[in-house]
Amino acid sequence: MKHSIIHWFKFSSPASFYPLAGRLIPWFWLLAAVFGLSGLWLSFFVAPTDAVQGEGYRIIFVHVPASWMSMFVYLIMAAWAGLGLVFNTRLSAMMAQALAPTGALMAFLSLWTGSFWGKPMWGTWWIWDARLTSELILLFLYIGFIALQAAIDDPRRADKAGAILALVGVINVPIIYFSVKWWNTLHQGSTVSLTKAPAMAHTMLLGMLLMALCFWMYAVAVALKRVRAIILEREAHTDWVKQLKEVVS
Amino acid sequence: MNALVAIIRRDLLLAMRRKSEVLSALFFFVIVTSLFPLGIGAEPALLHKIAPGVIWVAALLSTMLGLQRMFAADHADGTLEQLALSPEPLGLLVSGKIVAHWLVCGLPLVLLAPVMGLQFNLGTGDLGILMLALLLGTPVLSLVGAIGAALTLGVRGGGVLLSLLVLPLYVPTLIFGAGAVYAQGSGQDAGGHLSLLGALLALAMFFAPWATTAAIRIAIE
Repeated sequence: MKHSIIHWFKFSSPASFYPLAGRLIPWFWLLAAVFGLSGLWLSFFVAPTDAVQGEGYRIIFVHVPASWMSMFVYLIMAAWAGLGLVFNTRLSAMMAQALAPTGALMAFLSLWTGSFWGKPMWGTWWIWDARLTSELILLFLYIGFIALQAAIDDPRRADKAGAILALVGVINVPIIYFSVKWWNTLHQGSTVSLTKAPAMAHTMLLGMLLMALCFWMYAVAVALKRVRAIILEREAHTDWVKQLKEVVS
Repeated sequence: MNALVAIIRRDLLLAMRRKSEVLSALFFFVIVTSLFPLGIGAEPALLHKIAPGVIWVAALLSTMLGLQRMFAADHADGTLEQLALSPEPLGLLVSGKIVAHWLVCGLPLVLLAPVMGLQFNLGTGDLGILMLALLLGTPVLSLVGAIGAALTLGVRGGGVLLSLLVLPLYVPTLIFGAGAVYAQGSGQDAGGHLSLLGALLALAMFFAPWATTAAIRIAIE
């Protein structure tokens, strides 16, 4: 431990993490803005018009990053929840709680933009495709997590119960995905194939990656902002919170 | 092992002393399945097509009804704490409660399903597969449901919350369970679906009692 330059465990305490998060948030907002602006510029002005789908395909630059983030955030949320359960650290559970609404938002955004994309391309708002269905179930899992945490008054118990639910969900997400996929191939004559991605121009891929980075940075910034609020709420009885200048004023 | 048998016997005895609760969940199953032909129309071909899905969804909902009872009464009167303090591992006792729940809420569905299937114009081959699928699938429902039941112990609005937590996790069971009957009906081999149901059961038997135990310890600490 004595060789490490920064003592990382120091930041597992809400009191020292609160100011650190405050200092980090502007940087993540800045990164989100930079990635977002360059990604949007690339996706609207540089990326070529798709030969088959015309201009409508450009919603992919929001849709795909949102889907990626919805799954990624769930994994991170479950990882924080698991850490909180194992090490009994308060901050980990707060992080999990802070990430849940962002993940749910991403899942919702992915479904929403997906149906906007589906209407002009396949002529329908919704199809029971494997990806759409499992994304919908992922949204349900997020809502279940948030609802369970909201229903339990004791925050420590809410953290732990939520952690178990998140971990059970993590085991289930791949099972649900594959079951829905097999269900889909068995039950429907394949109406549309989403899986056959056409060879994608490099600029399109780059635009998508930039937008994904933007969403990622946004998710971090918002989660840190939210975790700061949660810290203030839960640690309101402590002296260090009472001495904060935003609390005093 | 004695403890496991004892807790199963105790829970079955308690269920028999309060038959109305058990029977109401079963009648719920019968009523829900009977409502579908009234809503959709009694055309035999259509009924035959929707039968597996309807019977399975009704089975999910009817199992849900019994889930809340699994730990709630024991939690309220302190029995659950005594169980946690006992020298026997809590996981074993929890497994016993899950088995008892399945015997009371799951097994009757397996036995009732052929009767409901007849209403829906299913053939004998379909009925056999339906029973087999329910036999493999309803224990998964009890096992996964137990996690939700333990997590929502003593929580405000527990019943509605429980369904919100548990129903998304029931999706794979529903898909493979109903899928087996569909496969049989359309002349395919149902073996693949049944094997997957068996795999889900094995996975749930391993993980669910463990997660349920952890959730119970959180609830009573």
